[in-house]
Amino acid sequence: MDYNLILAGVGGQGILSIAQAISVAVVNRGWVVKQAEVHGMAQRGGAVQSHLRFSDRKIHSDIIPLGRADMILSVEPLEVLRYVQYLSKDGVIVSSSTPFINIPNYPPVEETMDRIATVTRHVLINADALAKAAGSARASNIVMLGAASPFLGFDPEELEAAITQMFERKGEKIVNVNKTAFRFGRRAATAYEQAIKGGKTGHEAREWLEGLKPEELEGACC
Amino acid sequence: MMELLLGDEAIGLGAIHAGISGSFSYPGTPATEILEFVAKKTQKAGKVSARWSANEKVAYEEALGMSFAGKRALVSMKHVGLNVAADPFMNSALTGAKGGLVVAVADDPSMHSSQNEQDSRYYGQFAKVLVFEPSNQQQAYDMTREAFEVSEKTGLPVMLRVVTRLAHSRANVETRTPLEPTDVGRVTQTADWTLLPVNARRRYRRLLDVQKDLAAYAEASPYNELNLKGKKGIITSGIAANYVEEVIGENSDFSLLTIRVYPTPRNLVRKLVEHCDEIIVIEEGYPFIEGQLTGLLGVPGKTISGKLSGALPEDGELSADLVRRALGMKTIQAHDAAGKIPGRPPQLCQGCPHSDSYGAILAAAAGDERPYMFSDIGCYTLSALPPYNAIDTCVDMGASISMALGAAKAGRHPVVCSIGDSTFIHSGMTGLIGAAHENANMTVFILDNATVGMTGGQEVFATGESLVSVVKGLGVDPEHIVTIVPMEKNHEKNVALVRREINYKGLSVVIADRACIQAMRKMAAEKKKSAEKEKETVKV
Repeated sequence: MDYNLILAGVGGQGILSIAQAISVAVVNRGWVVKQAEVHGMAQRGGAVQSHLRFSDRKIHSDIIPLGRADMILSVEPLEVLRYVQYLSKDGVIVSSSTPFINIPNYPPVEETMDRIATVTRHVLINADALAKAAGSARASNIVMLGAASPFLGFDPEELEAAITQMFERKGEKIVNVNKTAFRFGRRAATAYEQAIKGGKTGHEAREWLEGLKPEELEGACC
Repeated sequence: MMELLLGDEAIGLGAIHAGISGSFSYPGTPATEILEFVAKKTQKAGKVSARWSANEKVAYEEALGMSFAGKRALVSMKHVGLNVAADPFMNSALTGAKGGLVVAVADDPSMHSSQNEQDSRYYGQFAKVLVFEPSNQQQAYDMTREAFEVSEKTGLPVMLRVVTRLAHSRANVETRTPLEPTDVGRVTQTADWTLLPVNARRRYRRLLDVQKDLAAYAEASPYNELNLKGKKGIITSGIAANYVEEVIGENSDFSLLTIRVYPTPRNLVRKLVEHCDEIIVIEEGYPFIEGQLTGLLGVPGKTISGKLSGALPEDGELSADLVRRALGMKTIQAHDAAGKIPGRPPQLCQGCPHSDSYGAILAAAAGDERPYMFSDIGCYTLSALPPYNAIDTCVDMGASISMALGAAKAGRHPVVCSIGDSTFIHSGMTGLIGAAHENANMTVFILDNATVGMTGGQEVFATGESLVSVVKGLGVDPEHIVTIVPMEKNHEKNVALVRREINYKGLSVVIADRACIQAMRKMAAEKKKSAEKEKETVKV
């Protein structure tokens, strides 16, 4: 099996931690991974991306070719649009709906989300709100990992084990906050997908989800 | 053992496992993580010296000294860093190495974080040394280990060339049993190292004589792989080989030569060219192999394509998609690009001291004709962009001061330049001592944020009081060494001081003294961590 994932965001938003968690889970499986990162100048508030590929056989290119990404996972909606040409026909977009506005010409946020929603397979969730509910605003990247998890081909336990490995040095409390963040993200994405399948528009699905408490997300359906 | 490593880290680990005693470098993207990794890995055991040097030339010379002392040494830098270290690098091919000496150079095609995209393989050819160009992280590890062996065997430094995409991509690496730091002992015959003409001539002759051995080594290396199949051939190298393999797959009919060890293996190239009618050269960087192959006159009877023919772009980095197109295959795009999306260029952090520094400089210079604003390399280069538009130049490390001196000598006034604390130590001091010597009519701003900001916050050698002492020591009139604290609340005061110094007819140095906010955060986090650790220890 080959999986190609493009992670997108703005320098400082923590996309490399998401990449790291997935890579740890891949290695635990005994598979191979290639994870191309952006370091240096762009990290200062600029657009950043990471190409993450994993497989049970040899991977050649560190960079994903056009049209070959199984997922674009973004911690910010505008950054999704920068990479749609990489998405495969059946690829899925998973993005946070919280914009990171540090440029004067950021387009209207609703319009940006509508452009994302033109791709049938997409999930837009309020990662910041879920992270706060999980106990730390800083865990929004792990919320997004949770939101991506139903599509990655891992059991959730594999990714939670990776989260534990990553955060155990920082103590049990941090591990638990991140695990909760992961679960909230996973539930929200599952509910969103159900809502879209049930005929809701992206806009309606988001509104519906905003009205639910994180605890109510489990098994929630339209 | 299996580890998940960046290309840079694989080089660092390969060097540690090859038994180095020292790792030397100056921070620069995409090479920074090589030394950082060695430092982190070897800190506890304390057998390897891994500290930043003042600049790449110094780093190279330290490594060469360690090699002469009989120990293995790694020196790493970004491509333009080798310009700074070119003097010792070129001459070390004449002196030769004793303990294994490997120079790892990370090129930056596409200029993700650099001023140019020069290809270091030309430097390897220029110095007449072996160049290794791994395709992946595993090879980066393995070839680094081999580079130390062959450096000692040939008595020459070896260059390891990587590019950003390998340096900053993480993958599984299988490691082998590490060596303890090695020692080839003390050398008493040192005439080879003293490049007086009489010795240098002899040593250059020796370098020329061993070229056939280096060529034979490259020809025989298992990293140079030739697979003859159909009449269409591909010559590729280093990271480009991954894109080729991604596109053509395992069962293609292309004949394929992959080069990872230079001098370019002439016989392997000849075999491929004789076998094929059409050959495309696919390499990351400049058309180095392609240029060698086609020379001035081309290869009669064969169709050769690549970057020089226009089949591939000469600038920017390669990708599997560009390779597909060059091989006449269609890309498999399902979604069109999303049309117009505003760019999101990098920018100074919220609350960055540079922002207040340039605010004061611009306000002080307002009204009159805008001064020449020479600047340098660091986060503050971003002040060239809106809303600041505060600087006119970024050329090479330390250039701001010497270029300002040139403009002052052209009779212009006011002439202003700005440089960071670390860039100043790297190459700014030499310019300033000249400016002080003749009391040049210019104003130098040293933006002292107490760290190397752009590359992630490495230590600097002189900051605060010690930086002021350095400036004094270089001969600048103490009356015109002024320190400001770049903060919004000091703005008016700072503007007045800066205006006074810009108007002064002579050399003045204004030091903007405020720590980088990223470094402050890092320090605060570390302080908290160590305080917590202490608390735990007390409890026990």
